[in-house]
Amino acid sequence: MRNNRLLAAPYVLWMALFVIAPIILVVVYAFTSSSGGFTFANFSHMGQYAGVFGRSFLLAAIATVVCILLGYPLAHILSRENARLQRMSMMLIMLPMWMNFLLRTYSWMSILENTGLLNRFFAAIGLFKLINAVGGALSPEWADIAYFRMINTQGAVVLGMVYNFLPFMVLPIHSVISKIDRSLIEAAQDLGAKPSGVFRRVTLPLSLPGVLSGITMVFVPSVSTFVISQLLGGGNDLLLGDLIEMQFLGSAYNPHLGSAIALVMMIIVLICMLVMNRFGEGEEQAVLM
Amino acid sequence: MEEKKLKKIIAILLSALFIIATLAGCSGGGTSGGETLKPGVNGEVNVCNWGEYIDESIFEDFEAQTGIKINYNTAASNEVLYSLLKSGGADFDVIIPSDYLISRLIDEGMIQKINFDNVPNAALIDEDYKNLEYDPTGEYSVAYMWGTVGIIYNTTMISDEITSWGSLFDPAYAGQLLMIDNPRDAFGVALEYLGYSLNTTSEKELNEAYDLLVKQNDIRQGFVMDQIYDKMEGGEAAISVYYAGDYISMYENNEDLAFVHPVEGANVFVDAMCILSDAKNKENAEAFINFMCDTDIALRNMDVTGYVSANGEAAEIYAEDLSDMEYEVLFPSDEYLDKCEVFLNLPEETLTLYNDLWIKLKT
Amino acid sequence: MLLFLYAPIFVLIVFSFNDSSSRTVWSGFTFKWYPELLTDASIMSAVYTTLLVSLLASAIATVVGTIAAIGFSSMRRQWRSPLLAVNNIPVMNADIVTGVSLCLLFVFAGQILGFRQGFVTLLIAHITFNIPYVILSVMPKIRQLDKNLVDAAQDLGCTWFGAFRRVVVPQIMPGIVNGAIIAFTLSIDDFIISYFTAGSKVFTLSMRIYAMTKKRVSPKINAISTLLFVSVLVLLVIVNVRQMRQEEKARRLARSINL
Repeated sequence: MRNNRLLAAPYVLWMALFVIAPIILVVVYAFTSSSGGFTFANFSHMGQYAGVFGRSFLLAAIATVVCILLGYPLAHILSRENARLQRMSMMLIMLPMWMNFLLRTYSWMSILENTGLLNRFFAAIGLFKLINAVGGALSPEWADIAYFRMINTQGAVVLGMVYNFLPFMVLPIHSVISKIDRSLIEAAQDLGAKPSGVFRRVTLPLSLPGVLSGITMVFVPSVSTFVISQLLGGGNDLLLGDLIEMQFLGSAYNPHLGSAIALVMMIIVLICMLVMNRFGEGEEQAVLM
Repeated sequence: MEEKKLKKIIAILLSALFIIATLAGCSGGGTSGGETLKPGVNGEVNVCNWGEYIDESIFEDFEAQTGIKINYNTAASNEVLYSLLKSGGADFDVIIPSDYLISRLIDEGMIQKINFDNVPNAALIDEDYKNLEYDPTGEYSVAYMWGTVGIIYNTTMISDEITSWGSLFDPAYAGQLLMIDNPRDAFGVALEYLGYSLNTTSEKELNEAYDLLVKQNDIRQGFVMDQIYDKMEGGEAAISVYYAGDYISMYENNEDLAFVHPVEGANVFVDAMCILSDAKNKENAEAFINFMCDTDIALRNMDVTGYVSANGEAAEIYAEDLSDMEYEVLFPSDEYLDKCEVFLNLPEETLTLYNDLWIKLKT
Repeated sequence: MLLFLYAPIFVLIVFSFNDSSSRTVWSGFTFKWYPELLTDASIMSAVYTTLLVSLLASAIATVVGTIAAIGFSSMRRQWRSPLLAVNNIPVMNADIVTGVSLCLLFVFAGQILGFRQGFVTLLIAHITFNIPYVILSVMPKIRQLDKNLVDAAQDLGCTWFGAFRRVVVPQIMPGIVNGAIIAFTLSIDDFIISYFTAGSKVFTLSMRIYAMTKKRVSPKINAISTLLFVSVLVLLVIVNVRQMRQEEKARRLARSINL
C-alpha cells in the first residue's frame, strides 16, 4: 500500500490550483490598489464598514441562537421516538432543504409583504380594525394601522436565515443525540438523577459536538448571505455578503476592497471556528445524511 | 444489501434525469427568447440590454432575416453592467449602456468604433441624438431610446398633488416610498432637489445630497430597480421614482398610477448601442444594430416598452397613437427639457466618492 | 413547526395555479403557467445546464475524491493533517468567499490564457467544492477498513487493482455513495458559487431564478417550485418505500426464525 500515497497527487495539484491559488489572489488583491501598488488603503477603508460587520455578525448570531432554541428541543424530542417515526420526521424536515434556496426565500416575500398574504389575512379577520379601535384609545399612533410592516426589515432577514438554515441545526444535533449510548442515560437514572439532571449532566455535554456542528452550519452561511438580505431586507441595511457582491458584480465595482472585506471575513470566521473547536471535540466531520 | 438497493435507485434516477434533461433540451430549443446553446446558421450575437427594454418577438425575425442567433442578457443598472464588464465574466458583443457610461467606456477603451458601412439604418436616427456630448464623434454608438426620470405615485393611496422631488423626502409617506437602486439616479434626485448640477464634482454638494438621502432612510421602504413593477402595480408602495417609459407599462396594469415631471427638472437620458472592444462577432453585432434602427422594429420595441425611440420617423408615428396623458409623459415640453440635464462621466475621484457615499448610504 | 417549514412552499405551489400574475392576489385557477414554463427556452436550458453540471461534477468529484481519500489515508500524519486542513477550506469558507476567489482566479488566468468564464469554469468550481465532501464522507470508512483483508486478498493472488476492486471498494461503498449524493445535492442547489463563476452565457437554474426575482414576477417561478417539489417528494417517497419494504422482509424473516 506504499505507493497509494501518490494516488492523492492529482487532487493535491487540483487543490493547489483551485483552492490555494484563489486565496492567494484574494490576498494579493486585498493588498493592492487599482493602480497596482502595494497598499493598506483597502483595510483602512474598511474601518468605515465596521457597522456592516457588526450588523452581519449580530444578525447571524441571533439567527443561530434562534435555531438552537428551536432546533435542539425538536431534535431531542424526535430522538425519543421510534425508528420509523424518526426517519419520516427527518425526511419531512429535510424535504424543504432540497427545494431551491432562492425559491424558499422568495416565497416569504409573498407572505410578508404589506399587501402580502399575512397582512391580507389579518385585514380579513378584522385585526387591524380591532387594533385601531382599542389601541387608538391608548395612543394616536395605533389608530391608523392598515398593515404590519414585516418585509424589508432586519427581522425579516433573520426570519429568512432561520427558515433556511434550521434543518442544518436539527440534523447534526439529532444525529449525535440518537447515538448517545442508552446505557449511560440508564446508569444516570439508576444513580438517582432526576430527568433534568440526566439532561444537564449526560445528554447536554455529549450532544455538544452536534450543537457546535450545527452552529457552524448556520452561522457561516448566515453571516455571508446576500440573497436573503436582498430579497427580504430591501437593500436598506447591507450585510457583508451584499457588500462583497457589490464590489465584484454589483453597483460599486472595486475588487480590491471586496477582496479585503472577504479576507477579513474569512479570518474572523476561522478564528470563531478555532475557538469553538477548543470547546468541542474538534470533530471534522461534515454532516452526513 | 442496502448499498445495492441504493445503487439501483441512483441508476434509475440518473437515467430518468438524463431523459428529462434531453427532452427539456430538445423542446426548449426551438422557441422565441433566443437563449439556447446552439448558434444560428451565420453565427450568433451576444446582447446585453436593460430589463423590459425590447420586444422579444423581434429575435425570431432577426434570425429569419440574417441567420444569426441572439443570446440575450440583461443587467440591472449601468454600474452593474460596468462591474460585469470589468470582472471579465461578460462575453458580450453589443451592449446598450446609458450616456455617461458610454463616455467612460470610450475613455477606458472598452468599446470600439462602429463600421457604419454595415449600419446603413443609422441614418434613420434623429439628428438630435447623434454626436451628443457622451460620444462627440459619433463613431462609437448608435442611439436606441431616450427618456426622462420622474415620480410615479398611486393616486388612490396618495391624495395630495405631487409636483416636486421634495415629496420623496416627505415623512408623510413613510414606509410607502421606494428609491431607485443606482447611485447616479438616486443622488440625482437629491441634487436636483437641492438645485445642484447632476454632474457636480463638488464634495460639499455631494455630501449635502448624501445627508438628504440619509434622512430618507426612515421613510424609505427599500431600493429597487425592476422589482418596482410588481410593487407599484400591486399597491405595495405608494410613491417612487423611475423612468418615463416604464411608467407607461405600469399604467397598463394599474390605472391608479400617475406620473409627474418634477418642477426642478430631472435627468434626461439616452441609451445607445455599442460594440465591445473584444467582441467576437463584430459584423453580427453591426447587423443587429442595423436591425434595431429599422423603423418597423423601432415601432415594435416602442409599443412593448413604452419608451421613445431615437429613430425620428418611428417616434413621430408612435406619438400619433398616444393619448394626451401618455404624450405628456413621454414628450415633455421643450422648456421642461431645458431644465433637464444629461449625465456625464465624472472624474475618478468623484466616482470613488460616489461609491463610498453609496455604500455608506446603504449600510 | 411543520407549518412553519412548509407554509412558504405551500404558498408557492398554490399560486402557481393563479390566473393573474400577482403573487398575493388570487384570481382563479389555471394550468396555463406550466406550458409557458416548459416552452421557455431560457429556463429549460438552465435546467439542462444545472443537471449536466451537477451530474458531471459529482461523478468526477466522487472518483477523484475517493482516490484521493485512499491516497490520504496511506500518508503519515505529518503530511496528512495539513493536506486535510487545506481540503476543508472550501467546506469551512463561506460560499461567497469561495465564489469570489475563484472568480478572481478565472479572470486573472483568463487574461493570460485568453479564455472566458463559461461552462468549464462553472464545472471546475463545482468539482472544487464537491470533492472535500466526498473525502470527508469516504475517509472514516477507510479508517474502519481492515487492512488485513487487503493483504489477504493479495496473498491469495489478486493484483493490487483486483484487491482494490473486490475488497476495498465494497467496504467503503456506503461512504462513496453518501459522498456522491451530498455532492450532487450541493451542486444542484448551489447559487452563490455559480453566480460568480459561470460568466454571462451559461446559467444554472438558481441563477435564472435569481434573475427572475429582480424583475416583474411571473408565476413561472411558482410553477418551477411546484415541479421541483413534486420531483423531490417522489424521490423521497421511493427511497422510503424501499426501506420500508426492506424492513418488512427483515421482520418477516426474524419472525419465521423465532418460530
